[in-house]
Amino acid sequence: MRHSAFFLKPEEKEKNAAMVEWTEQERSIITNIFGNLDYEDVGSKALSRCLIVYPWTQRYFASFGNLYNAEAIKTNPNIAAHGTKVLHGLDRAVKNMDNIKATYAELSVLHSEKLHVDPDNFKLLADCLTIVIAAKLGSAFSPEIQAVPLKSAACATGEELWPLFMCVTSFQMKK
Amino acid sequence: MSLTAKDKDTVRTFWAKISGREDDVGTDALSRMLRVYPQTKTYFSHWTDLSPGSAPVKKHGKTVIGGVADAVAKIDALSSGLLSLSELHAFTLRVDPANFKILGHCILVVMAMMFPNDFTPEVHVAMDKFLAALALALSEKYR
Repeated sequence: MRHSAFFLKPEEKEKNAAMVEWTEQERSIITNIFGNLDYEDVGSKALSRCLIVYPWTQRYFASFGNLYNAEAIKTNPNIAAHGTKVLHGLDRAVKNMDNIKATYAELSVLHSEKLHVDPDNFKLLADCLTIVIAAKLGSAFSPEIQAVPLKSAACATGEELWPLFMCVTSFQMKK
Repeated sequence: MSLTAKDKDTVRTFWAKISGREDDVGTDALSRMLRVYPQTKTYFSHWTDLSPGSAPVKKHGKTVIGGVADAVAKIDALSSGLLSLSELHAFTLRVDPANFKILGHCILVVMAMMFPNDFTPEVHVAMDKFLAALALALSEKYR
C-alpha cells in the first residue's frame, strides 16, 4: 500500500491534487495559522533551519554568501530574505486553495527546469517549517492542526498539509 | 552521517534538560503520530482506545520514550546496546522501519513545542541524527 504521496507517480499525484476538496474546518485551520504568522520571522527561521539540519540543501544557495556554519546561516540576510519569499509563495496557495495546481504551475516549472531542485528537498523544508511553527504555537499546535489532511480518493492516509504544497511544485518534474 | 563527539554531547545535554518531562514527550509524540499518520494505527489494532492521551497511548508513550532514554545512555554503542530491542521489533513486532522515521519526526515536533528556546537548529540536527542512528540500530536484525 502506498502511504506517502512521495511514492506516487507524477500522473497519480496530479490526479490526487486535482481531487483535493477542503472542508470548512481545514480551510479555517489553514487560514488561521497563516493569518497569524510573521512571514519574515517564520520564513527565515524555517529556511535557515533547513540549511543547518540538512546541509546538503545548501547546494541550491551557492550564490547566497557565507553559509559556513550555523551562526553564519542564521545571520545571512540573503537567506532571511529568501525564507520570507518562500512563505509568501505558500501564501499564494493558501489564498487559492481550490486551485493550487494552476496557482503553482509557473513556480513548479521554475523549480524543476531552472532551479533543478530535487523534490525530496521540499519535504525537508516542509518538516523544518512544521517544527518552527510548532515552536511558535507550543501546545496550541494540536495533532488536528498538524494533520490537516491531504484529501484525495486515491491516497487518504493523513499526510500533513505542508507536503501537499511542496509536492504540488514538483508536478512538472519530468522523469 | 554518523554521530560526532559534538553531536553526542549535544544530545546528552539536551536530554538532561528535558529530564522529568520525557514521559509527556513520549505520550504526545505517539498521540500525534497516530493522529497525523493514521497508517501507523495498524500496529495497535489490539488497543481499545487510540485517541490522543488515552490510557494505552500514555502507557506506550512512556515505554517508547524509555527506550529512547536508554539509547541516549548507550549512545556510544547503539547497535550492540539496542540488540534485544532490535530483535523484538524485527521478529515479534515486525514494525516496518519506515515508521521509525515518522515517529522520530513527531518526537522532534514535540521537542520544538515543549522546549522552543532550547531546541535550536544545532540541537535539532544532533537529535535528528541521533534518532536516525537509533532507527538504524533498531533495524539491525530485520534481515
